[in-house]
Amino acid sequence: MVDAWQILAGITDPEIPVVSITELGIVREVTQAAGGVEVAITPTYSGCPAIHMIEQEIIDRLKQAGYAEVRVKTVLAPAWSTDWIAPAARDKLKDYGIAPPGRVNLFARSVECPRCGAARTERVSEFGSTACKAHYRCLACLEPFDFFKPL
Amino acid sequence: MTSSTCELALRMGDNALILGQRLAEWLGHGPQLEEDIASANIALDLVGQARLWLSLAGRLEGRGRDEDALAYLREQNEFRNCTMVELPKGDYAFTIVRRMLFDAYQRVLLERMAGGADGEIAAIAAKSKKEADYHWRHSADWTLRLGDGTKESHRRAQDALERLWGYTHELFVPDAVDPEADSLRGPWRELVEPVLREATLALPADSAFLSGGRRGVHSEHLGYVLAEMQFLQRAYPGARW
Repeated sequence: MVDAWQILAGITDPEIPVVSITELGIVREVTQAAGGVEVAITPTYSGCPAIHMIEQEIIDRLKQAGYAEVRVKTVLAPAWSTDWIAPAARDKLKDYGIAPPGRVNLFARSVECPRCGAARTERVSEFGSTACKAHYRCLACLEPFDFFKPL
Repeated sequence: MTSSTCELALRMGDNALILGQRLAEWLGHGPQLEEDIASANIALDLVGQARLWLSLAGRLEGRGRDEDALAYLREQNEFRNCTMVELPKGDYAFTIVRRMLFDAYQRVLLERMAGGADGEIAAIAAKSKKEADYHWRHSADWTLRLGDGTKESHRRAQDALERLWGYTHELFVPDAVDPEADSLRGPWRELVEPVLREATLALPADSAFLSGGRRGVHSEHLGYVLAEMQFLQRAYPGARW
């Protein structure tokens, strides 16, 4: 049977389909028992609507792979942080047009444009297309873009 | 112990749920598209937090009620939210000033709760605190913009502050659920006062008025929120989609 972690690494975030749930740090723990498996996940934001889709996807994919019993449990502590996003996933976010989060430091940083790399950008709104992103604009290439907020 | 922990979880959950409903009323009506989206995002965070708190309250209560049953099937006098969050959404200045006062309260309260001995409470508080920091940054920023903006925006922000100030008193009155509520008043004012000063808004005078939402004694406005939020489950019990 294929290792559960390997299967989970193939599940992408429904709202950011270029990064996997393991790269994002949403999967916290996988516990194997005879024929079954328990996956512990942690939500990014409390109200993130994607978490229910992710749960279902985990159950479906692991069952397809032959795991008879799949349980998904939610853990809240320690609270999810963007610091857990893998370095490779940060590059994928950038290629996808989303400026990756810096290390958690809410009040002092500049955001680099993911398209042209310019540091001259401005925040349009603290809240963007999803709970985890803010809306920015590049003052050099004038393109709007999403910024994955450090949390 | 359990019953006061359950009450605390209800109080936290109901605050987030009812303010989430009030913010969601801005959907499609925001003063600009970005603010429309911001209100919806913050409402989503709050409803998500409410889900965590109410789910915990249901487990602590031990009567088989989950978060949906608590949100959709309780009567008005069973809700434990402070009165401030149930007041009608008003104009955008009212919405922003209320959120600024509430977000500051959440930040100091959640910070304290995150360091508490109860593991489940601390976990939800720590998670919510991170979101509250972003909410605060938004509402404090907009309080500045409105207070120190045009004559009209200043007038509206000051008016909102006058109307809301009396309702903040309730947050800091100690009771069996939160015997140390009073200790948060100082840290809360340290957050709120500099923002008001910079926004050129005058601090209203304190009065003897005390609202009773946390005890289940609500204003006439909560019933309308519940009527809208609960009607589907009341009309079609157990409906799912």
